[in-house]
Amino acid sequence: MNDTLKKLSEKLNSKEINAVELTESYLKKIEEKDVKINSFIEVEKEEALRLAEESKKRREEGKALSDYDGIVIGIKDNILQKDRKSQAASKILEGFNSPYSATVIQKLQEKGLITLGRLNMDEFAMGSSTENSSIQTTKNPYDLKRAPGGSSGGSAASVAAGLVPVSLGSDTGGSIRQPAAFCGTVGLKPTYGTVSRYGLIAFASSLDQIGPLSNTVEDAEIIYNIIKGHDKYDSSSIPDREYKETKKSIEDIKIGYPPEMLEGISDEVKVSFFKVIEFLKKEICKDSQIKEINLPYQKYGVPVYYLTATSEASANLARFDGVRYGRRAPDAKNLEEVYELSRTEGFGSEVKRRILLGTYALSSGYYDAFYGKSQKLRKLIQEDYLKAFNEVDVIIIPTTPTPPFEIGEKTKDPVSMYLSDVLTVGASLAGIPALAVPAPFDKLPLSIQLQGAFFSEKLLFDLGRKIEQAFPAPPAVF
Amino acid sequence: MNYIPTIGLEVHVQLNTNTKIFCGCKTSFGDPPNVHICPVCLGLPGALPVLNNEVLKKAVLAGLAIKAEIHKKSKFDRKNYFYPDLPKAYQISQFDEPYCTNGVITIEEEGRKKDICIIRIHMEEDAGKLMHSEDSNVQESYVDLNRAGTPLIEIVSAPEIDSSDEAVLYLTQLKSIMQYIEISDCNMEQGSLRVDANISVRPEGQEKLGTRAEIKNLNSFKAVKAAIDYEIERQIDLINSGEKVLQETRLWNAVSSRTVSMRSKEESHDYRYFPEPDLVPVVLTDDEISAILNDMPELAYQKKERFVKDYSIPEYDAGVLTAKKEYAEYYENLVKKGVPAKKASNWLMAEMLAFAREKDLEFKDLCSFENLSALLLEIESGTISGKIAKTVFAEMIETNKDPLQIIKEKGLVQITDENAIVLVVEEVLKENQESVQSFLDGKDKALGFLVGQVMKKTQGKANPPLVNKLLLERLKK
Repeated sequence: MNDTLKKLSEKLNSKEINAVELTESYLKKIEEKDVKINSFIEVEKEEALRLAEESKKRREEGKALSDYDGIVIGIKDNILQKDRKSQAASKILEGFNSPYSATVIQKLQEKGLITLGRLNMDEFAMGSSTENSSIQTTKNPYDLKRAPGGSSGGSAASVAAGLVPVSLGSDTGGSIRQPAAFCGTVGLKPTYGTVSRYGLIAFASSLDQIGPLSNTVEDAEIIYNIIKGHDKYDSSSIPDREYKETKKSIEDIKIGYPPEMLEGISDEVKVSFFKVIEFLKKEICKDSQIKEINLPYQKYGVPVYYLTATSEASANLARFDGVRYGRRAPDAKNLEEVYELSRTEGFGSEVKRRILLGTYALSSGYYDAFYGKSQKLRKLIQEDYLKAFNEVDVIIIPTTPTPPFEIGEKTKDPVSMYLSDVLTVGASLAGIPALAVPAPFDKLPLSIQLQGAFFSEKLLFDLGRKIEQAFPAPPAVF
Repeated sequence: MNYIPTIGLEVHVQLNTNTKIFCGCKTSFGDPPNVHICPVCLGLPGALPVLNNEVLKKAVLAGLAIKAEIHKKSKFDRKNYFYPDLPKAYQISQFDEPYCTNGVITIEEEGRKKDICIIRIHMEEDAGKLMHSEDSNVQESYVDLNRAGTPLIEIVSAPEIDSSDEAVLYLTQLKSIMQYIEISDCNMEQGSLRVDANISVRPEGQEKLGTRAEIKNLNSFKAVKAAIDYEIERQIDLINSGEKVLQETRLWNAVSSRTVSMRSKEESHDYRYFPEPDLVPVVLTDDEISAILNDMPELAYQKKERFVKDYSIPEYDAGVLTAKKEYAEYYENLVKKGVPAKKASNWLMAEMLAFAREKDLEFKDLCSFENLSALLLEIESGTISGKIAKTVFAEMIETNKDPLQIIKEKGLVQITDENAIVLVVEEVLKENQESVQSFLDGKDKALGFLVGQVMKKTQGKANPPLVNKLLLERLKK
């Protein structure tokens, strides 16, 4: 059993272990086990041990920055840290050393957490299996033939394998929740705007959100509370006075689920889902408080998501041109070639596909039919949710339509890969929080997704804790 | 066949905020390359823009000064294109929902007034600058991003300008307004005012506008005028020789005095504008707009009205003195020092303007208002004559010396002592018997000659009215 953050905190407080020993123990696990999983792109050993020494000294002097001072964390490769490499698992950012840290990194460091290294991901967070990494293929600790999900596959796999107690990922259309589901871990996509995006390499700005992946709901809550909060460097970040936490106890909670969203999902997912529904009916709330609801525009979620995300990405990724940083094509002889060759050689095929798709959707003559229409539908999807949250407090659906698929199973067919996001894109488009928690399973992980109104994270954590207590995930053995 | 030209101008004005539009970097001109840069204006991965509120205030002020409509809600968009001076490969600008529309700039030519409609003003960020080596063997170019992210407003006129002269009047007026409200120094050489001109011609009697060409690279008012004149002629020649004017972007070449094709409509960029997801919509409340309006400095036309009323000077004088904020401030400083209003205005309009234009200097650099007022007050008190004052003035603007010191050093103090002047008068009368006789014979002109002789003998220092009086007294004896 992996230690929770509270357990590690107790060990540090009681001096049973110091920060250097703790860090060394995780570094040792990574060294021994990550050869099988490939979750880390780079382990920043020296830097981690230096930070651990500082933490140890602080604790010795009674100057701990927080209860979690000295605890280690893994970071997805698209979150920048000053004077360290970061490349969003892309060749085009080879050699890029960031001159600044993301706001979330600063917040972690202010509490004394130690970053251990860069975790693998789909290139520029584009993918659902981490197979689009230009660096390595990460394996699912529950079955090494299977994908860990994506794009935060390294973040999920490293936590599931016990290589880090907790990690940060980013979610644009399910990139935290889906890998959390595939790897039997907890993952939170927070309300859009509650966690700063400053220093997160952008994929789709109106959807991207950083969040935690962890072994327990409690750990996710601890990390979320550390990284959230207004940031003056991010205009889309919500001012603290506007963060109105949902105050509701789970005793009188109303839960809804949309039956139409269960169409087309695999039987084992359905069976597991209804086990959770039965449990909730019996143990948490009365029969009458669980009802079927309607989200009629959800069926447009995947196309709306892919048009929105690729359009924004086509602009966000234009800056990677070989002019100022990252990799410039060595054979380029003039400006045109610097652009063409650097981008041709630097981007992988999925990234190119999405840039082309987004460029097309924004082109003169096609804008109204594609980007324009997708934005109108996005509003309708948001309104769907607003209406639903007038009736219920939490919407419950599975996180993924299937258990983890095999590596290579979907790489030939991008649309089937895109469809694995069908249950997660809705919350992204609406900007609402969603928590993935393990659902009952035997061998291959399954997951339940709790979605709530803006700022309802606390409520989702409370309900999530009840589910995880009832259905503890069996550990990964590999 | 007669052709009617139609011109519309797009003017970029760099706002003089201390910091850039979306980050805290200093705005500057002429510093070493890449010293005012940060992750945001470098377009580093993960960096995000945050709107500088001062930019919004100055932009709104510009809109209010041209009596335009300020929109309480507007948004930013991304304008996508690749160029090495544009770090993000998109420019953050405002596309279909600008903050300001429907204003007016009034131009005046020989008393005739004409309103030019301003279609819109929007905010956007400036790009950096490319630096190429003058040595053609050097295969590398460099980019300086100090300017990247400097705030701009783009002021777009309706196609209502009929000639190159009107275009220059419009630009002069626009520049004067922006300088009055102190949002930009509008220095064309340093690029803080940049002009693109859309030009078309159509046969007289035809309603529909002809095909337009957009002219870029206009770096001075002179270039604007010359390029418009050239382009009108070029288009008329094309039509007369049976060819068609193409819709295209052309560059003004100041050396050859011609416009040359840069890119055709087919080659024009598809900018793929879409709403900037990193910025929230710009929202202004009525209170915020009124607060900006309350801070609005007095504008030229308001100053002109006040000058006529408060200083009782002719409307024409008031117009000249308020054409530039600098003139008006200088004028009011003179009056505050006690110089009579009309005398101050005469001096500025005659002497100062002439010298300022000749030397291409601002008033304050030509001569401080303290020095000029001291000089003019000497005329008032009778210490020197108006004529002597002009000599002192000429010396003053050369040497920048205190006028009182010049008067003292050169012994230019006016002679007002009757006894001293009488002696000279007696002498002149004795030496010029013929003129005396002419005067006595009824020829009044002779008096002027005699006054002149007295002034000559006193090196112009004798008080002229006194000389007149004493001469007449003696002649009538």
